[in-house]
Amino acid sequence: MTNDSLIQSISSLLPEAQIKMGFEYVEAFIPVDKLHDFMLQMKNNPEMAFDYLICLTGADFPDHLQVIYHLESTSHNHVIVIKVKTIGRENPSVDSVSDIWPTADPHENEAFDLLGIKFNNHPEPRRLFLDDTWGYPLRKDYQDDVHIVSR
Amino acid sequence: MAEYKEVYLTSDEIKTDDYLVNMGPQHPSTHGVLRLLVKLEGEKVLNVQPHIGYIHSGIEKMTESLTYIQIPHLTDRMDYLAAHMNNEAVSLCVEKALQVEVPERAKYIRTIFDELQRIASHQLWWCAFGMDMGALTTFFYGLRDREDILDIFEETCGARLTLNYSIPGGVMFDIHPNFQRDVKAFIKKFRAKLPEYERLLTGNVIFRERTKGVGILSKEEAIAYGVTGPSGRASGFSCDIRKKQPYSAYPYVKFNEIMGTDGDTFTRYHLRILEMFESMDIIEQLIDNIPEGDYAVKMKGVTKLPEGEYYQRVETGRGEFGVYVISDGKKNPYRMKFRSPGFSNLFAINNIAKGWKIADLVAIMGTFDLVIPDIDR
Repeated sequence: MTNDSLIQSISSLLPEAQIKMGFEYVEAFIPVDKLHDFMLQMKNNPEMAFDYLICLTGADFPDHLQVIYHLESTSHNHVIVIKVKTIGRENPSVDSVSDIWPTADPHENEAFDLLGIKFNNHPEPRRLFLDDTWGYPLRKDYQDDVHIVSR
Repeated sequence: MAEYKEVYLTSDEIKTDDYLVNMGPQHPSTHGVLRLLVKLEGEKVLNVQPHIGYIHSGIEKMTESLTYIQIPHLTDRMDYLAAHMNNEAVSLCVEKALQVEVPERAKYIRTIFDELQRIASHQLWWCAFGMDMGALTTFFYGLRDREDILDIFEETCGARLTLNYSIPGGVMFDIHPNFQRDVKAFIKKFRAKLPEYERLLTGNVIFRERTKGVGILSKEEAIAYGVTGPSGRASGFSCDIRKKQPYSAYPYVKFNEIMGTDGDTFTRYHLRILEMFESMDIIEQLIDNIPEGDYAVKMKGVTKLPEGEYYQRVETGRGEFGVYVISDGKKNPYRMKFRSPGFSNLFAINNIAKGWKIADLVAIMGTFDLVIPDIDR
């Protein structure tokens, strides 16, 4: 599917989605409460068939946190970027997609570990790299006490 | 006197408790500081939970305070067996964002280095895998031949492991005058040596018994768990980025994406041997045709990427490596994420190793070719 037809089919699937053309791939913002249903459709709809989750990234922004999903379809060879904004930065939570793509399980744990994003219904939530007393280092307001990074 | 009665217990009636064993972080077959929490019933593996982070170095955090020209030099510390590919991925990402056209000469040099690096990586994997399976000879064979490639690297860029060779705009130095001669000599030598590898391990009856049909990963599982590289291709998942989204000089060469169907330990093993032959074919197509001209375009020391998001994928020896940059138009990235192949591959092991013996777990883990700094970042 080309990028233009991807934009059309997503806007017909979910009219609330904010879609724009990125540098290479289509980027779509999905409302956080619609995420899980939408992702199920992305995988099971035969026209989309996004069966391969390439990469899951968390990012910190001034008033919210973002989770960014890079999806690829191995049968149609198209790539899309799905993004979701959490509500606020205090208690950010997003539905887990690890029941749709099992590879999301460690990637979500990584985002939880480094950014403190909570994933609802995650089968095995745990910190992956750091111990439980550590803060969330990839947040922009992280206090770097041991001066690993100086700006 | 009580009557003596013999009691025979069937194997179903003798119960043993499940127990948890920490495999690592110093276990020799984990090849680094990785801890697997293995739940066992006797010798049978019930569950594997990987615990990582022993050498987490916060590279993603560090990139947020570095410029785009400095970042490539940090990335070869992640996957030290694919240092050049990591450098190249960041360079390609920055070039793509700035729409810089790299000289043809640099593209050819990068691709030759990619393939040399892939052979060196597979050689080290092969010798370590043989050692995991109890065959020490492979270790000496593999390291002996890998030395030739490291010498070629050293001659051109001064480093043997952390090459630091690919930078945004091209490569750091021109190739050494002897480079083409040495690469051709290496390929001639290694073409004769590689069948020896096959005779030593592939044809070995003990080895085949231990690997054939062991630890099967189906194609659907490979896609679902994001298992890429030779491990994914052994299951029939066509995931070669060199074919899917060709970069550098890959569009100019003809090569086959080597695929397997069985998805067992032996297929994952043999596919890497075949990939070494394929890599030599690619180098042979390029080595005599390196175009004359500049090896890099001049880039400014402080380069600002236009606001936006950029994703670049490359194929390393272990699978798909991705660089994702969110730029806010400043000289440092706002957020940089490295999608490392080993990270996704590692977490598929639980699914494969369930039900197999603990000795098979070592074999399965060996064929996944884990490099721990690549997983921990």
